[in-house]
Amino acid sequence: MSSIWEYANPKKFIATTDKVLPWITILAVSALVTGLIWGFWFTPEDVRQGATVKIIYLHVPSAMMAINAWVMMLIASLIWIVRRHHVSALAARAAAPVGMAMTLIALITGAIWGQPMWGTWWVWDPRLTSFLILFLFYLGYIALWAAIENDDTAADLTSMLCLVGSVFAVLSRYAVNFWNQGLHQGASLSLDKEENVSNVFYLPLLVCLAGFVMLFLALVLLRTRTEIRARRLRVLLARERMQ
Amino acid sequence: MKALLIRDLKLAFRSGGGFGLGLAFFLIVVILVPFGVGPRSDLHAIIAPGVLWLGALLACLLSLDRIFALDWEDGTLDLLATSPLPLESVANVKALAHWVTTGLPLVLVAPVLGLLLNLPPAGYLPLVISLLIGTPALSVIGTFGAALTVGLKRGGLLLSLLVLPLYMPTLIFGAEVARRGADGLNTTTAMLMLGGITCGAIALLPFASAAVLRANLR
Repeated sequence: MSSIWEYANPKKFIATTDKVLPWITILAVSALVTGLIWGFWFTPEDVRQGATVKIIYLHVPSAMMAINAWVMMLIASLIWIVRRHHVSALAARAAAPVGMAMTLIALITGAIWGQPMWGTWWVWDPRLTSFLILFLFYLGYIALWAAIENDDTAADLTSMLCLVGSVFAVLSRYAVNFWNQGLHQGASLSLDKEENVSNVFYLPLLVCLAGFVMLFLALVLLRTRTEIRARRLRVLLARERMQ
Repeated sequence: MKALLIRDLKLAFRSGGGFGLGLAFFLIVVILVPFGVGPRSDLHAIIAPGVLWLGALLACLLSLDRIFALDWEDGTLDLLATSPLPLESVANVKALAHWVTTGLPLVLVAPVLGLLLNLPPAGYLPLVISLLIGTPALSVIGTFGAALTVGLKRGGLLLSLLVLPLYMPTLIFGAEVARRGADGLNTTTAMLMLGGITCGAIALLPFASAAVLRANLR
């Protein structure tokens, strides 16, 4: 029986992702194309919101992945601290820009949605503010990775920052709740409710959610492979210079 | 531990130690605000608690890179790491020294600057208490940030980028206490949350700072 830790071996990781990555990419593209076309052209307009409701197919999945990406980075950082697998540290590094892009998409689509609905691009609502704070955390994390030359030190420092940052991100989430009441609606997608959004919107939204998960996976795997190969290349070049 | 604390305090108070720079910065920020928002004193009364908290936070931030930078350059930090004193205690002592030389003076000066900004009379006590409870958290969090960036040549800007998001909860609750106090509202909840953040930061963050220092010293 093979264990998950086998993928800590970069060779094994590359070999496996060689086989898996094309399928994930195909799944991501087909789910996104289906979900978005279905959502944009084959769902009715909302009674009150009109056509603007269709932003939901970008806004909700990207917001979900913005948080999930940070959670994935947290897990990868923990694995690096405990077991010191380089692939894990590189995966955390690879996920950060993707997560930051997701946060930015969620913020921008939210602003575009908020303008006609609330009459403003931006309010200091707890949810909006927490996302802005999350964006700052991504920014700091990426900047720290970029600033340190030694790979192992950089992995150590960024994983500690990720741990401490997670605690403070959660703290900030509750602090801004205390600080201001919001315009944003509460959670409308939960697993424990009978019906969340009307099924007409819900089904294409689910397809889009699946598409974004696959897209995130594909991008992170691709970027991790790039990081591994870049590091190999650097070692080869250094060895060549020695001779 | 005591010897290290006394040494750090002495170094800070001597000329060139940077003591007083934070205070002067705080003073200048507060003086600049009325020029930015205009001379209406009713407006100043509204924004005073927030401005004073923000000024104190920025003054704290300004002196963070001094916590470890000099000790890193002359090798003192290596000696401290090999001494019997655990690195966690070193981080705590450093944070304490930073608070005594930066946070405490800010707390003492804040009411005077409150006068300049026309702070309502009810606001003075909550402001001082919230700063007294909140600034230790700023020092401890800042020590973690300083430990993260200690090995970098020009880490100052990166340090601010890393530390400012971590300051967010402290600022929110601290400014909330000061603002509610100035409006004559109940401050208990925000005060308790602020105290909780400070206690949690003092209890847990030194471990993170020490781990980061070890990685940097390797």
